[in-house]
Amino acid sequence: MKMTGAQALIESLRGEGVEVIFGYPGGSLLPIYDVLYDTKDIRHILVRHEQGAAHAADGYARASGKVGVCMATSGPGATNLVTGIATAHMDSVPMVAITGQVPTFAIGKDAFQEADITGITMPITKHNYLLTDAKDIPRVLKEAFHIARSGRPGPVLIDFPRDVQQAELDFEYPETVDLPAYRPVLNGHPKMIQRAAAVLDAAERPLIYGGGGVNSSNAQAELLALAERADIPVTMTLMGKGGFPEDHELCLGMPGMHGTAYANYALHEADVIIAVGTRFDDRVTGKLDMFAQNAKFIHVDIDPAEIGKNVAPLVPIVGDVKRVIGELSKKAARTKHPEWLKTVANWKQQYPMGWKGDGLKPQLIIQEIHRATDGKAIIVTEVGQNQMWAAQWYPCRETRQFISSGGLGTMGYGFPAAIGAKVARPDRQVWDIAGDGSIQMNIQEMATAVHGKIAVKIAVLNNGYLGMVRQWQTLFFDNRLSHTDLAVGTPDFVKLVEAYGGVGLRVTEESQVRDAIDKAAAVDDRPCLIDFHISRDENVMPMVPAGGTVDDMLVD
Amino acid sequence: MKHTISVLVNNRPGVLARTASLFARRGFNIDSLAVSTTQDPDVSRMTIVVDGPDAVLEQISKQLYKLMDVIKVLDHQDEAVVNRELALIKVDADASVRGEIMQTVSIFRANIVDVADRTFIIEVTGSADKVDALAALLQKYGIKEMMRTGRIVLSRGPRTAQRNG
Ligand SMILES: Cc1ncc(C[n+]2csc(CCOP(=O)(O)OP(=O)(O)O)c2C)c(N)n1
Ligand SMILES: [Mg+2]
Repeated sequence: MKMTGAQALIESLRGEGVEVIFGYPGGSLLPIYDVLYDTKDIRHILVRHEQGAAHAADGYARASGKVGVCMATSGPGATNLVTGIATAHMDSVPMVAITGQVPTFAIGKDAFQEADITGITMPITKHNYLLTDAKDIPRVLKEAFHIARSGRPGPVLIDFPRDVQQAELDFEYPETVDLPAYRPVLNGHPKMIQRAAAVLDAAERPLIYGGGGVNSSNAQAELLALAERADIPVTMTLMGKGGFPEDHELCLGMPGMHGTAYANYALHEADVIIAVGTRFDDRVTGKLDMFAQNAKFIHVDIDPAEIGKNVAPLVPIVGDVKRVIGELSKKAARTKHPEWLKTVANWKQQYPMGWKGDGLKPQLIIQEIHRATDGKAIIVTEVGQNQMWAAQWYPCRETRQFISSGGLGTMGYGFPAAIGAKVARPDRQVWDIAGDGSIQMNIQEMATAVHGKIAVKIAVLNNGYLGMVRQWQTLFFDNRLSHTDLAVGTPDFVKLVEAYGGVGLRVTEESQVRDAIDKAAAVDDRPCLIDFHISRDENVMPMVPAGGTVDDMLVD
Repeated sequence: MKHTISVLVNNRPGVLARTASLFARRGFNIDSLAVSTTQDPDVSRMTIVVDGPDAVLEQISKQLYKLMDVIKVLDHQDEAVVNRELALIKVDADASVRGEIMQTVSIFRANIVDVADRTFIIEVTGSADKVDALAALLQKYGIKEMMRTGRIVLSRGPRTAQRNG
């Protein structure tokens, strides 16, 4: 069928089953937006800043498992996507970003609103394309979605010059991709799986250390089967949260810098660690050569480059986590480790999670949100103390239930990502656990949520500080609070949200917490923000200082 | 440890930038780099000399494979290869030393490709060692300019770096 490049783009998105685009128009996208004017079957959500579009597409992808799509115009629109693309890249999120570009004849001439976005995003995309010929559109779109979602997922950017949008082509959407150099390995090597089973069977103190790969490959059932069959305790990273039910007795919570003491002790004492869909990030390992010194590693990951990058495993297995763990759970012997589990249980008893002192405590607020939502809300976070408290105090039972910028640690991620998550899962309550600093980084998306009737909840844990930085200054820089006090200048969030047309509530005392949460839960046609004035000087504990070991762990 | 690797890539715009940017951002040092087309018009071949322990080389290879345009990565570490570099060296060549220089050049089976009043340009091909050795000998006459290409390599014998080889 003959059509324009712009029409071919929308037709291709249809071919991929895209339901929603988070976008923002501009000169270089006019032909595409003109086609969107008549497009009824793909929802376009107008964000208020392109960074919001990228994070919303990311949140949509993490909540649904589908590829998120965002769109921005050339130049400043495209560069505004960059933080969002980098965030998705670090956390292996499937996303397709479409950018307008100046016409092909103007490229390289410093034309108005020209930016070399394929050059800029080279290191933060899984792959990117500059379309120069309209006839390539169907193939490139097909490839882009395939690359974004297969193997280790990631963002793909397509730069779309304006004249290519207007050129004519004969459209036919391909059924398959032809990428001979790109063949992700999905099945683990049977010999390696056999070896892993043998190593596991001989283990006395085995531990599963799972990451984001468990969630992205939907391997929760397989991991549960393995843990139960071989009686192995499990620690899941921030990215892996929800990949193993946190109310399970084998669950040790999160490892690493702000992980539970018992997860960190277990890592330290384990003799065999199965690292699953995880990359030995420094926030987990601390000082790498002191990390889990007593353990041999079985490392399962779909990305061969992750294996041996930070830690040399005894048994490397390249493959899709779901398939590999599925196989391994059949091969591993049914065993029990009563001694080991008793040790672990003792640590749990000896070093329970908790908090001290009075005042309105953030931990209690998260617990209360957990209770009020029956543990079923999708929890999205900003970055900082709020993020860590959310991870520590909202146990998740489901995969894709906890959404947070782990690798890049992007303040301002949570709110737009929550909008994306709510669009993906309208049946669920979606809560953004926010800080007073982070929420101001993309507060303009309040308009997006009001406009689109997207009923996300925002819990601002308002401490009047860039709290996490303040915590480091307190602990490691003599309490010299250099430029971290936000008390002056922070807006009245209740009034601010009301100005946008959302609902704002304020909580200053413990007795008001539950009531406010229930009120927020009842709002179903617009965003609702609760401004919790928490005790200012609360620290996130426990804490293994950067580059430290379990021996350096602070508990309060 | 210096390794010479061959990287077969799709012959597309931007591939060199992608590869170079990967080396830069992962902190891998490139000693030399040569890129050219091959017998297959769709495929280009890079020869890259990198310095690093085996574990780093393995990382480099795995990271390269993550680029969509990389077809094959080959480390020539444990095999017999033919490797060549080419250098152009402009030396001071007064009448008094011309004879000496010409002798040295012929011992190295190099060529004098430009002759001027006071200078020669010498062209030499060979292994890096050979080029180094000649350059060292010419030093005393005064090297005014020197350019050398990156190394290029082929495996000896019938073995090739084909797509599926
Ligand atoms: C975009 C960005 N800029 C700076 C930082 C560094 N940083 C990490 S946590 C933090 C403080 C966050 O403050 P707030 O949102 O109020 O959260 P709190 O820690 O107080 O809960 C800062 C500045 C970051 N992670 N992201
Ligand atoms: Mg704060």
